[in-house]
Amino acid sequence: MAGPAAGQEAPHTSSRAPVARGPRLLRRTLAAGETWVFGALIIMMAVFTVKEPGKFLTISDLSLNAQTAAPFLLMAIGETFVIITAGIDLSVGFVLVLCGVVAGEYYQSNGGANAGVGTIWVGVLIALATGGAFGALQGVAVAKLKIPPLIATLMGLGIAEGLSELITGGHDLSTVPNTLISSIGTGSFAGVQWLIIISFLATLLFGLILAFTRFGEYTYAIGSNPEAALRVGINVDWHLIKVYALAGLLSGLAGILNLAYFSTTTISGHPLDNLTVITAVVIGGASLFGGRGTMLGTFLGVFIPVLLATGLIIWPANQYLQYILTGIVLGAAVYLDQIRRRLRERF
Amino acid sequence: MSEPLLEARDVVKRYGNVQALDGANFTAYAGEVVALIGDNGAGKSTLVKTLSGVIRPDSGQVLVDGKPVSFSSPLDARSHGIETVYQDLALAPDLDAAANLHLGREIYRWWPPLHVLNKTEMRRRAIAAFADLGVELPDVTAPVGTLSGGQRQSVAVARAVSYASRIIFMDEPTAALGVVQRERVLDNIKKVRDRGITVVLISHNMPEVLAVADRVEVLRLGRRVARFVAADATIEQLVGAMTGALTTEES
Repeated sequence: MAGPAAGQEAPHTSSRAPVARGPRLLRRTLAAGETWVFGALIIMMAVFTVKEPGKFLTISDLSLNAQTAAPFLLMAIGETFVIITAGIDLSVGFVLVLCGVVAGEYYQSNGGANAGVGTIWVGVLIALATGGAFGALQGVAVAKLKIPPLIATLMGLGIAEGLSELITGGHDLSTVPNTLISSIGTGSFAGVQWLIIISFLATLLFGLILAFTRFGEYTYAIGSNPEAALRVGINVDWHLIKVYALAGLLSGLAGILNLAYFSTTTISGHPLDNLTVITAVVIGGASLFGGRGTMLGTFLGVFIPVLLATGLIIWPANQYLQYILTGIVLGAAVYLDQIRRRLRERF
Repeated sequence: MSEPLLEARDVVKRYGNVQALDGANFTAYAGEVVALIGDNGAGKSTLVKTLSGVIRPDSGQVLVDGKPVSFSSPLDARSHGIETVYQDLALAPDLDAAANLHLGREIYRWWPPLHVLNKTEMRRRAIAAFADLGVELPDVTAPVGTLSGGQRQSVAVARAVSYASRIIFMDEPTAALGVVQRERVLDNIKKVRDRGITVVLISHNMPEVLAVADRVEVLRLGRRVARFVAADATIEQLVGAMTGALTTEES
């Protein structure tokens, strides 16, 4: 006997008529990693607020945190795509610096502090192109040369760092167009800082792309099972190159934001951005094994290390404690992901 | 019988010193389940890869509808209506059944060049595709990795059926499954055949082969050594042909 009923292992509810939608929604909400990250953020804020009632959780402090988070957020968007493909990008903070340096050089030799809007836009495009091209080359190393992402982007990290030092001779460039500083760097629109607007809009845009478009779907598919993607005719190599290029491009945008905010190239200021960014993405629920992760999770995840840093300054505690804690949080998040995988997967 | 739908003639494939196929023949007719059996190393996998465009033979011919064809990739074979359900199923475990079913040929909404996925439509079609096969999936939005082995197999079969217009190769489809799930897969195979699609079943399991196949072709040492009508064959005959005790055909 081989009717449909004989082969039925699970008690089935017809997909046509989802029964008890409400409880299922609740269960899914509780099961979602984002809910827990959000909870952790609330607890962190509560603890810091109780410790220093006057300082933490004021409007100005929240917006300051969001401004600090802006470059991290942009880098984390790209990192999310990369990690979902089961890759990793260690080069983010160094590509940020390189793009800031390249744009800074251009500004310095084209009007300096008094450069006009047109020059500023050209500099922005140069930074984006530098980041995008640098990322694309790392993508080629991963996809075509089959160099493991860890090594390809470690190589990229070294090259970006070396180029930045070579171009500047090791001295930060501090001639940044005033218009750039007063607009993107410190300016605001309708009471909201441009840094926040740019980084939040980018998060929303790429969150939609990840969740609802073919580009996002292929990113998940390739991270989940590259062989399956290949067999249905997806151009896996080309997609990987695009994903790494996107990560570089967003690092380039972060480089401009960083240049505008600090009005200098901060060459030696980003050695651990990759730790912060990767931790944010992993806390947000992306799996280093690929195939899993959301932009909402990343968005929330970015604020964990950022609030941690602010909180430690307010506490007051040694601010270097944040890297130790971030490192531990990263380890714990990956460990939890391993357990979750073992429990849920039958593959 | 009428003209073969798919035919391999004198196919030779060598890997270094290993002669995987040594002038192998194979025939599949329209609307049948034909089992391809043979001992380990008999050349079954190599032959299937040749016929589904994964590898190119050193010599010999592949014919579709009696006309010689040359597949340079699985996509070439697909354009002739030929699909393969691999042993490892080739599914993306983190995507749901609907997404897996449409992977590589998604349906878009609004302005298609934006490539915004129409998940509602893909789910609707997936539910219809599974219903057509008589497959019960509790939830087409659950990641495929959370499904049972039999359910995953069903997703892979449904995908192949929706791509394939003419022939599906199934490589050891029941190897990793329990008894109940095995029944379901054999049931799927018959349903696919009843839709007019030829199924080529690669299997080690003799009772299973005799239960579901219309015809059986036996490979040994890279050659076809016997052909049977399943209804008239016994397990002893099949095993005899596989091990070399019985040869009904010289090629």
